[in-house]
Amino acid sequence: MALAFTADQDQFRDSIQRFMTDKMPTTEIRRLMATTRGFDDETWRQVSDQLALPGIHIPEDFGGAGFGAVELSIACEEMGRSLFCGPFFSSAVLSAYALMLTGDEDQLDPWLADIASGTRRGCLAITEHSTLWHDADINTLAKTDSDGQIRLHGDKRFVIDGQTADLFIVAARSESGIGLYLVPDHDPQLGITPLDTMDPTRKMADLHLDGVPAIQLTHQPEQLLQTLLNVACVCLANEMVGGAQQLLQSALDYTQLRFQFGRSIASFQAIKHRLADLLLEVELARSAAYQAAQTLAACKNLRSLSPSQANKLTEHASLAKAAASETYLQAGLETIQLHGGIGFTWENDTHLWFKRAKSSEVLFGTPAEHRERMLTAIEDAATTTEDAA
Amino acid sequence: MSEHAAIHAEVTQWLSQHWDPDMDLLSWRSLVADSGWGAPNWPSDYYGKDLSPQQTAVVEQAFAEFGAVGAAQSGVRMLAAVTLLAHGSHEQKQKYLRGILTGEDQWCQLFSEPGSGSDLAGATTRADLRGDQWIVNGQKVWNTSAHHAQYGLLLARTNWDAPKHQGLTYFIINMEQPGVEVRQLAQMNGHASFNEVFMTDAVVSREDLVGTEGGGWQCAMTTLANERRSFDRARDVAGRKGRQGKIFADLEAEFAIANEPYTWYPQRAGRVDLVMPRATETGAINDPATRQDIARLHIMAECAKWTGDRAKAAAKAGKPQGPEGSLGKLAASNVARLASRVHTAISGNDALLTGQTSPMEGLIAEILVSTPAISIAGGTDEIQKNIIAERVLGLPKEPRFDDGPFRDVRRNTQAPSEG
Repeated sequence: MALAFTADQDQFRDSIQRFMTDKMPTTEIRRLMATTRGFDDETWRQVSDQLALPGIHIPEDFGGAGFGAVELSIACEEMGRSLFCGPFFSSAVLSAYALMLTGDEDQLDPWLADIASGTRRGCLAITEHSTLWHDADINTLAKTDSDGQIRLHGDKRFVIDGQTADLFIVAARSESGIGLYLVPDHDPQLGITPLDTMDPTRKMADLHLDGVPAIQLTHQPEQLLQTLLNVACVCLANEMVGGAQQLLQSALDYTQLRFQFGRSIASFQAIKHRLADLLLEVELARSAAYQAAQTLAACKNLRSLSPSQANKLTEHASLAKAAASETYLQAGLETIQLHGGIGFTWENDTHLWFKRAKSSEVLFGTPAEHRERMLTAIEDAATTTEDAA
Repeated sequence: MSEHAAIHAEVTQWLSQHWDPDMDLLSWRSLVADSGWGAPNWPSDYYGKDLSPQQTAVVEQAFAEFGAVGAAQSGVRMLAAVTLLAHGSHEQKQKYLRGILTGEDQWCQLFSEPGSGSDLAGATTRADLRGDQWIVNGQKVWNTSAHHAQYGLLLARTNWDAPKHQGLTYFIINMEQPGVEVRQLAQMNGHASFNEVFMTDAVVSREDLVGTEGGGWQCAMTTLANERRSFDRARDVAGRKGRQGKIFADLEAEFAIANEPYTWYPQRAGRVDLVMPRATETGAINDPATRQDIARLHIMAECAKWTGDRAKAAAKAGKPQGPEGSLGKLAASNVARLASRVHTAISGNDALLTGQTSPMEGLIAEILVSTPAISIAGGTDEIQKNIIAERVLGLPKEPRFDDGPFRDVRRNTQAPSEG
């Protein structure tokens, strides 16, 4: 399996890095995180038009660039590094994959194409009570009226960018099982309550659906929610690795600049060894995130995965999520500690990444939950092999 | 016919003319050494054929396909060969390289001392020129296979007025002489892979000084740079067990001796491969807390493996080495340490036991008492972290207090009669 990037991929990464350095300095992050919307329309337009990022992994037939999960992961990593404020993860990652998994041609054409071009911003509403998107947790109901209109009834929680999205994809239960439903616009029956999130750079909302008219997305692949969770974890793991790298870099910069006892504190072994340990952690998590992206990219048809493909994807997605979550948080804690008192101040930028690390640790399931999920996938794979033999 | 195919054909032709499994091992290897096929990447002046590494791989492939035994290449002898080829005199190469390839001579490394481990250049074993001979006095330690070696690669101080790295000289010392005493060093895991070597007025002839007087540090660096590769070869031999013929019996006997110091090395690395089978067998797999530990270990081991894969992939793509290439040893220490804890959790009370009646006939116990070695051997974790911090991350060096003439440098083994 190729774990080295091509020259084109390196160039792609560089172009995102340059853009983010220019458009997303911490002064801009601080400005945006204080707003309710949380992002800048002009910057989002440039990300969509100049860099064409929202459609990087979307097929060309639907207005995308036709690349795959590896390129998408590069974009996620760079956005995590720069703490990009914008609806990329909610729309381009979660909503686009939800549509690609369930939409038929007629549904993909307007909706997925609009997400690829950045003209619409989707959000994905699955979570109700549990973290790991189990089918059993979906209590939102899709009921068909006497006039044939499907209406959604229920409550969704922690919907990323729910307060600014103009396209809602909702997991709901009907007689035929768990499926995804599309709410193409705001509706009087759709209540949106913004949440007071600890990480102000990742906006979230609760949705109250009181008979909201919706379109049923045609396909209901097996293990739909688990596949979506895997995609979410792979992309979030790559985003986290970018953030962890940024924290490490900031710790390296600061400790070399800071002089005490007549020498740079980075010349003390007490500091050096912590930084070497942190580098090791970041590189190990990076390997997990890159491998998980490769595994996702190798799944050519996410709608019909073989049992062994599904197990491998779950194993690697949960492995990467668990590894990157712990590493990102550790990088946040270490970077604050290595800054000393200044690292605990509002003025210092470390807390921006620390809070993203804290939020990413819990989002889509805690490290402990993902370790268990990974181990179960390994056991399932072993059982499947035995059955085959 | 391609160039590689031609080489393959030539080797196969030579083997079909000469190979005889009923020969004794030494006679066969003498033939191999003199033919140049034993070390084809070496210069043609010295038992080689000037072939590239890729061409050499073709030769090794041809030997393997034919089922023939190659030159003796395992253990410290290859470190000796690499160092002599790089720094040795014409006479030294003529005298020693053949015995290395035939397996007649075993070699050991005499670098570390009780007072200089991580700080290897602080060696205080001394060599003084008396007439035509160097007289050596001092103590070395951690010398793998020294108890059956004919020759040692010795790092000794010949100039106490030069700065520490510049006062060292590299010698070949005959281990079979009255002034050299080798004592096996019992380890906490019951094995004795290393030795202590005491040299009391031991004699080295002037011809056995390698490189230049005072140039020992550079030679030692060559030896150490090749240290990791030397263990790979032993495994090739293991694959030939059970073949018929005197030569294979000789080979097995040789391997049993040569490999003896290394039998516990897999256990030292933690035996992650045994975790799932053991957890299933004991039922520990059903305990939620142990499952978390097992998962943590699996994640760390997989990440370490993939990090190595990334380093290889980058090298293959012609990219400069990134940090991923320098982290393997530190990662391996962490994996072994965690694996030892997980094995303990899985075994529960059985981790109180050792020997034949304990889990896996003592193998699990051997893991528990062997893993502490991995974060020390071949450079401690602390030295690894210094190297990563200074060379990979570019952090400033610690202030040093060991410049100037070596005799004035503070150290923990002070011999009052120095100089």
